[in-house]
Amino acid sequence: MKRSLICIECPIGCEIEVETDNGKILSVKGNTCPRGKMYAENEVICPKRVVTSTVRASNGMMVPVKTDKPVKKSEMFTVMEKINKTVCELPVKIGDILLENISEDANLIVAGNIK
Amino acid sequence: MFDIIVIGGGVIGGTILRELTKYQLKVCLVEKENDVCMGQSKANSGIVHAGFDAQPGTLKARFNVAGNKMMPAYAKELGVKYINNGSLVVAFTEEDFQTLQTLKKRGEENGVADMEIISAERLREIEPNVSEEALGALWAKTGGIICPYGLTIAAIGNAMDNGAKLYTDFEVSSIAKTNGVFEVTAKDGRALNSRLVINCAGLASGKIAEMAGDTDIRVSARKGEYILLDRESGDFVSHTLFFTPTKAGKGILVSQTVDNNILLGPTSEEQDNGCTDTTAEGLSFVIEKVRKMSKNPPLFNTITSFAGVRAYCDRHDFIIEESQKVQGLIHCAGIESPGLTSAPAIAKYVTEELVCKMLAPARNDGFNGTREADYFFKNLSIEEKNAIIAKDPSYGKIVCRCEQITEGEILRAIRENPPAKNVDAVKRRTRAGMGRCQGGFCQPYVAELIAKEQNIPLEKVTKNGKGAELVVGVSK
Amino acid sequence: MKNTYDIVIIGGGPAGLAAAISAYDEGVKDILILEREERLGGILNQCIHNGFGLTRFKESLSGPEYAARFVDEVESRGIQVMTETTVLSLTKEKQITAMNSTYGVFVLQAKAVILAMGCRERSRGALNVAGSRPAGVYSAGTAQKYVNIKGYMPGKSVVILGSGDIGLIMARRMTLEGAKVHAVCEIMPYSSGLKRNIAQCLNDFDIPLYLNHTITKIEGEKRVTGVVVSEVDKDKKPIPGTEMHFDCDTVLFSVGLIPENELTKSAGIPLSPRTRGAVVYQNRETETDGVFACGNVLQVHDLVDFVSEESELAGRSASSYVKNGKRERNAVSVVNGQNIGYVVPQKIDKNLGGSVKLFFRVTNTFRDCTITVKCGDKILLQRKKRIVVPGEMETLLLTEEKLAEVDGVIEIILEESV
Repeated sequence: MKRSLICIECPIGCEIEVETDNGKILSVKGNTCPRGKMYAENEVICPKRVVTSTVRASNGMMVPVKTDKPVKKSEMFTVMEKINKTVCELPVKIGDILLENISEDANLIVAGNIK
Repeated sequence: MFDIIVIGGGVIGGTILRELTKYQLKVCLVEKENDVCMGQSKANSGIVHAGFDAQPGTLKARFNVAGNKMMPAYAKELGVKYINNGSLVVAFTEEDFQTLQTLKKRGEENGVADMEIISAERLREIEPNVSEEALGALWAKTGGIICPYGLTIAAIGNAMDNGAKLYTDFEVSSIAKTNGVFEVTAKDGRALNSRLVINCAGLASGKIAEMAGDTDIRVSARKGEYILLDRESGDFVSHTLFFTPTKAGKGILVSQTVDNNILLGPTSEEQDNGCTDTTAEGLSFVIEKVRKMSKNPPLFNTITSFAGVRAYCDRHDFIIEESQKVQGLIHCAGIESPGLTSAPAIAKYVTEELVCKMLAPARNDGFNGTREADYFFKNLSIEEKNAIIAKDPSYGKIVCRCEQITEGEILRAIRENPPAKNVDAVKRRTRAGMGRCQGGFCQPYVAELIAKEQNIPLEKVTKNGKGAELVVGVSK
Repeated sequence: MKNTYDIVIIGGGPAGLAAAISAYDEGVKDILILEREERLGGILNQCIHNGFGLTRFKESLSGPEYAARFVDEVESRGIQVMTETTVLSLTKEKQITAMNSTYGVFVLQAKAVILAMGCRERSRGALNVAGSRPAGVYSAGTAQKYVNIKGYMPGKSVVILGSGDIGLIMARRMTLEGAKVHAVCEIMPYSSGLKRNIAQCLNDFDIPLYLNHTITKIEGEKRVTGVVVSEVDKDKKPIPGTEMHFDCDTVLFSVGLIPENELTKSAGIPLSPRTRGAVVYQNRETETDGVFACGNVLQVHDLVDFVSEESELAGRSASSYVKNGKRERNAVSVVNGQNIGYVVPQKIDKNLGGSVKLFFRVTNTFRDCTITVKCGDKILLQRKKRIVVPGEMETLLLTEEKLAEVDGVIEIILEESV
């Protein structure tokens, strides 16, 4: 089976074609870097995404957050539910962990300094 | 118990309300919307007409010419932007030229001063961007431009400063009269009593008359669509350019505004309701006409388009009189163009010739007719600005970057009379959100200031009244 | 207060920050950044999605993370910053009138000025979209501010006009926050956003993208209740009979960005009608000596990484101007020819030496085409391209050796292969 993908690893957006047979990858064509190959392979087996969102601080301000690893695409809305229930105290620094293992081994971390 | 209830917070109701506060009268104004100036006074051409258009002997002619003469001083007293830029009725055919003669003659009969028919050459001297095909124009030097919502808001604010009451979101649902006392009831159940009622309800003036038991007022509506250009193109024209009226209609105008934008329009479309949608056809019509009137109009600098409604009566003249059916009910209906120009004169007439004769009130010696302009800050010197910022630092913080409007000016608009309760109301008073980004940057800030001042959550802040909430809730 | 500076930078977003750091590192320490918002970082503060910095830092950062790297650098150098300060006017003599709550209105004199004011979004009004004017019509960036900074949902049921990156990003953002995004409509036959954003912001959430479609009517008296979407013909005119109706409470516009050059104009600095930014030399100096421009106020970039790169160039140039003063110029013009929308820089000063990177955009999607840079009949540079799209900025490097051959106007053209 052949599948066409657009690589999301960088702004080039390579059009990649992946050939698979019963879940086994036969070939990856069209990528311009190794990251693209990895992306394509993951994408046909278990697509994953970094989720970015905000968490409300106890004073009402919004704190940018992200998962420190990609999470399963199918889990994005479950992750969002957990993010929406999270509250934090200010100040926060980039990289502060707000929620460990939000999905598998991915943590929810602060993605912007807020005083 | 009021002496007088004015129904309708447009320019006619507003200027009448103010005029009434010159007397010892207990007066109020009821308005169905969340803010005053929400109907035809909000979205019109903002022209102070010279007075050559109306047929001699009509109320239109009488009040137009009188209003035109009053306007400079009136606007100055209330701190409203007014510019005597002069009007040009542009001729494109020999037939148009004949019409200019007729207009000039009619103007002279109406008492309009300073009119002149000028050649194509002279026309291009004073308006270099006028079309090459223009053959000449009627130059009415007393023509002017004014901020129509500025005038309405200032008149009502000044009336309130002089003791008048304002009830917004007061949509009249019934008018009863018992033992010489009116009871005006709103949809939400609020009721007010008065000795006189003045019907200035614009598009709804027929309905209001009917509620009181008078079926003589029949009002229809016409819609006008406009396009507004950025201040960057503000010097495209300096006068107000009209097409010469023909049997086919009056055409559109191309005019500078008092805020140095360029206003194009309006169309004229019969309308059976108050719908103010713009249409692709309407806007294309405006563009086509503008291209006929002028060379290379800078349409790329369009910042918004909008439509307004105009109420007119089957009598095709203003109706300014006491009801034939209901004693104590005064109608100001069918006030279409030149209603804005006529407003101060109509207000004076209604007060002095109708109300005073009915109620014989004493003068209010405490009346103060002057009002500080909403844009006062902008016109100050650096030293004066700094003196204000030292006392109130909010004047040092720009909120609307396109129009350079400060937090202090916005807070003032929210606090002064009549208080701005929503984002559009702030916009009309301060111009925050009126510029080239159309509130893209400043709207969230303005909304927060309103929420804070009114002590309400942001979800309750509206664009222009209940149902027009800006956000639907918190995100988490 | 001090009111003379070697360099004053107008804007503390990614452009201003990068310019300040590089100017400082080139030896000019007397620098002031004027920023209108409460904090540095500009629009990056509300761009909480990831994907920034891949070119520069080889990692995928959020907007605030990318900004923080530069803010830290500015702070560690002790570069002076005035926030919540708006510049009211600028003169050719590099006099800046600004205002804030602490000092009121004040005037600064700079030896060099760097314009880094960024851009603004085109609004609904600029497009003459017919219909009513209810609440719920926002530019994508305004909606982004409500959601990401203020923590409010502008709506729950959304149609987006324009497939610019901000529109695509907001389609995903609104969806993740619980809204339903019905459609993204694009009047052009191609998206102006990055392909990866179509993939990860639309395709991931099954949001349809309607190319060659536009919103022909907005409905709703107080709040948006729906929109009419129509297909357009090749002249961008709606085709009768193709109308689709969507019930929605929100319409977002992502229909282009316009450099914010009001100050530039007020100073009488010439602008390019193509970019709507200043006309600049390769060192990002405008036609006014000592006034430089960089970032989105000069040309709307796709990637912040390139904003930073351009701004560092402007910062270095401003620093050099402060140290060495005005130069004699030996200028040639660079013009956009066939199928090229614009090119930056518009002028090359041969006295500056070195090679020059040309930034340009094409006017349409072209496959298998050739881009040529020439001077008269002399071909300076030629590149074959498999595909080029207007949504992605292209660059070409003109080496010093090639520049030595230049004796007149440089033209850049795109030819389709026959």
